[in-house]
Amino acid sequence: MVKTLALTGSEASAEAWRQINPDVAPVYPITPTTEIISKFSQYHADGKVDTEMMLVECEHSAMSAAVGAAASSARTVTATDSQGLAYMWEVIPIASGLRLPIVMQIANRALSSPGNIHCDHGDSMACRDTSWIQIFSETAQEVYEHTLLATKLAEHKDVQLPAMVMQDGFITSGNLEKVKVYNDTDVRQFIGSYNPTYSMLDLQKPHSFGALNLHDSYFESKRQQEEAMRNAKKLYLQIGKDLSKITGNKYDYFEKYRLDDAQYVIICLNATGGTTKEVIDRLRAKKKKVGLLRIKLFRPFPYDEIANALKKARAIAVLDRSESYGAYPPVFGEINNALNLLKKKPKVQSYIFGIGGRYIFEKDIENVYSELMRNKFRKEPQYIGVR
Amino acid sequence: MKKKKAGKKPEKVKIKKIKVKKPPQPEWKTKPIGGMIFEAGNSLKYLTGTWKTARPITNYDKCIHCLKCVVYCPENCIKAKNDKKDHTEYQYCKGCGICAQVCPVKCIKMEDEDKFQE
Ligand code: SF4
Ligand code: SF4
Repeated sequence: MVKTLALTGSEASAEAWRQINPDVAPVYPITPTTEIISKFSQYHADGKVDTEMMLVECEHSAMSAAVGAAASSARTVTATDSQGLAYMWEVIPIASGLRLPIVMQIANRALSSPGNIHCDHGDSMACRDTSWIQIFSETAQEVYEHTLLATKLAEHKDVQLPAMVMQDGFITSGNLEKVKVYNDTDVRQFIGSYNPTYSMLDLQKPHSFGALNLHDSYFESKRQQEEAMRNAKKLYLQIGKDLSKITGNKYDYFEKYRLDDAQYVIICLNATGGTTKEVIDRLRAKKKKVGLLRIKLFRPFPYDEIANALKKARAIAVLDRSESYGAYPPVFGEINNALNLLKKKPKVQSYIFGIGGRYIFEKDIENVYSELMRNKFRKEPQYIGVR
Repeated sequence: MKKKKAGKKPEKVKIKKIKVKKPPQPEWKTKPIGGMIFEAGNSLKYLTGTWKTARPITNYDKCIHCLKCVVYCPENCIKAKNDKKDHTEYQYCKGCGICAQVCPVKCIKMEDEDKFQE
């Protein structure tokens, strides 16, 4: 039976965890991700899951414990953001290098300093080159469904890489939305069991994890990780189709909102997609050909598919909620690479917005479309909302 | 009176060219994922001796068999037999030169490894 519940983005993450019933959850809560962990602890206390919850002493330990658990063939989840993710960072490439499909929830939050608890994507963008699958979500519903998809994708034998599921801190993680929660049995059947190629506890076939691989063998392991990422890109669609059978929703690499005939296109991640869609409807009523491409799968990045979707666009604005100081911001860089695949490259402008939770209003989005329509392009990224 | 020569003949006084055996390494498509290792003691197959740029050559005529080099060698590749220095396992020797440094009678000479390579 499908239930419709009022859930925050965090609660939607916890709901997905409840259905997945992971074997181990090593956690060290941090704002705004704390709510995911507290909600899941409640399920744990109520006996709704038989997960082993490990309340460790810091995020570095949380990811280290996750690595140990996953290496012993336990389905493992954790959650963090901002400084927590930064503190985990040393172990982040270890998880992917050891090919452990840990699935992590992230409610995006700005990095210190100055201290801040609000949303921007600087935390997960700092992990974009660590061989973790990265899926960005606009709504609580998407957070819930992406968590299910990510679990299955990460554990696939041709992938075996960890995955992070992103949602905007507070904006999505703290706001109540209507969320359809699907039947426990259906979801559990979809998720299935975790059968890794190698397990540390396999006493019949003992082997060492994390051995030294120097100049003459390390490179090959890294090449394998790239291959696993390429496989993940293909399997994302395939596993998405299986999930569709339960949810009825589509799992594309990105959302296309009134994009097919759009001349002026905004590209963004996460919750800002919602604000942009409001503006699009209003401008469309005035016969303006505007559209949105909201990226969901950021790692692996769907270059060809995005180029193909943008080939009819006249002008594009890429809205980044993070910076790459001294360089173009991350999403813009990828889009620019994708557009280079086209014979006729549309004009593209970089915008930076929402850093440290700075508000973005509908009028800001309208202004971006108006700049595209007035053919206003500048070499440097433009700032939205900075004083 | 002619002095009796002590110990063995000097080890490789004449430089003998050798072919360096590289440890076999799989390609990325066949390598186990995650840099996993399946057998115990497989570091024996990993010939760290291929890294060296200098090779310690012992003059056994001068060696007093104090075994200091045996103890100090970080690779544990100087072997003793019946309380006497016996030989150096060049396939593991990294050429660090510690043995030559600690030898009290200075009977180990570091030779340029290029001279030994074919
Ligand atoms: S050079 Fe270094 S590794 Fe080689 S035998 Fe001497 S001490 Fe051992
Ligand atoms: S340290 Fe010198 S004298 Fe002592 S055993 Fe080694 S080579 Fe011989």
